Amino acid sequence: MRFRTIASVVAGAAALALAVSGCSSSSTPSESSVASAAQSVAQSATSKVASAASAAQSAASSALAGATGNSQVLSSADAGKLVVGIKFTQPGLGVKNPDGTFSGFDVEVAKYVADKLGVDPSKIEFVEANSAQREDLIGKGQVDYIVATYSITDARKEKVNFAGPYFIAHQDLLVKSDNTDITGPEAMAGKILCSVTGSTSAQTIKDKYAADVALQEYPTYSDCVDALLSGAVDAVTTDDVILAGFAAQHPGQLKVVGKGFSNENYGIGLKKDDTAGTAAINTAIAAMIADGSWKKALEDTVGPSGYTIPAAPTPSS
Amino acid sequence: MDFSFLSDPRYDVLGAFWVTVQLTVWSAIGAFILGVVLAAMRVCPVPLMRGFAGGVVNIVRNIPLTLIIIMMSQVIANQLGLRLATRQPGVNPQAFLDTQNFRLAVLGFIIYTSTFVCEAIRSGINTVPPGQAEAARAVGLTFTQVLGIVVLPQAIRAVVAPLGSVLIALIKNTTVASAIGVSEAALLMNTLLENEADKFTAVFLVIAAGFIVLALPTGLVFGSLAKKASVKR
Repeated sequence: MRFRTIASVVAGAAALALAVSGCSSSSTPSESSVASAAQSVAQSATSKVASAASAAQSAASSALAGATGNSQVLSSADAGKLVVGIKFTQPGLGVKNPDGTFSGFDVEVAKYVADKLGVDPSKIEFVEANSAQREDLIGKGQVDYIVATYSITDARKEKVNFAGPYFIAHQDLLVKSDNTDITGPEAMAGKILCSVTGSTSAQTIKDKYAADVALQEYPTYSDCVDALLSGAVDAVTTDDVILAGFAAQHPGQLKVVGKGFSNENYGIGLKKDDTAGTAAINTAIAAMIADGSWKKALEDTVGPSGYTIPAAPTPSS
Repeated sequence: MDFSFLSDPRYDVLGAFWVTVQLTVWSAIGAFILGVVLAAMRVCPVPLMRGFAGGVVNIVRNIPLTLIIIMMSQVIANQLGLRLATRQPGVNPQAFLDTQNFRLAVLGFIIYTSTFVCEAIRSGINTVPPGQAEAARAVGLTFTQVLGIVVLPQAIRAVVAPLGSVLIALIKNTTVASAIGVSEAALLMNTLLENEADKFTAVFLVIAAGFIVLALPTGLVFGSLAKKASVKR
């Protein structure tokens, strides 16, 4: 009998150790997912009330809607409610906070644009837009526009319309602070580079700069950063503004190499062929840059990470 | 529907499924051995071993597989420094990385799947009439002999069909290995979805068909094996 008690105590201790070690690597996502589940329940409850109210409003404004044609963004804006896709897990750019609020530069841009379209920023419903889902969300009309580190590329232009760019990022490398031998993408030969599963940025380095680089893929950048901190990988690659956010989370331990080697034009994605909506958003971005709130938003969100605020782009396309 | 990615040299669909098969085979062999050992421990007369095996099974079985696999990479390998392959200096570390991740994934699958194998075999042991073990003990066999010669052979024959289900589950579970960068079918699917976002449906269909091709015959083979192997009583 005593043996059995000891055995179960040992087993219990082992369980505890496993649980603790398991949690330490994943506590943040699980906490936030619980929070987000709770929040979305609350949100759906309130949105029902809101939609009932806005239904009445849209009935009233539908007479005016004829002027906006078939632009989804503009008709949603007339109805007084916008659904905007952002990233939920990108420090400094688009983050869902544990208390259910959203912060980051993309969020600030989304709010400013909504304001210019005549929608109160509190009436925006933010939904998560993962990289792989973005074209689909827009195509099916589940979001009005997407502000989610969305690089303007020719392939994507065939499926969605882009307003902007509102920001120009550069692909860069994140390394440990005491690392001196990784000075740029060419120095990655014989090193291990980490990126998220299916990402194209790591492939770019392998194809263009260092064929001898080894690629480790993890589901999220946070996993890559953990592996970098433990020394299992030598560098993490993606856009510098994203890396700066992670460097800020681990002050003194990580640094961005600072040799940006590509231009990523972040645009606001919206429905294909919605020229009226694109023009309206372009005007809003230009206004944001002109009145200084663009710079202020950047300083408030990515500024603390030590990222040098670049010159503003000119929205055109 | 556009299946052009199948002939694109950048995407090695068959190679990815071959990795899936290799993952499954090695994990299945390891999980069967460890599962039998765990089952033997769970029915053995030493309370400490019974308690230990019971503890392991109940803990591991209740941890999500994704967590186990990421733990193998992030905690066991990266933090605690376990190396399952050697990294030669001056050589492209890709081979080291691939081997290391593959073996870590197999180890994770063995640990996870063995608990289900153990429980399947334990239920098989319950189908062996107690008289068999009593008779074996009465003729002077030791516990190891009773289990190894009399009970386990009958128990395993009784649980061929459940073990087939465990194997099918394992085939599909290998997709989790993409979480630590093993280049199997699910990782290829993620890459395809990123690069060929307009071929969503076709990509899903191809990957799903691949898994059905692997899993369906497994089920049929184990079904007929179970009929053949069952103990006539």
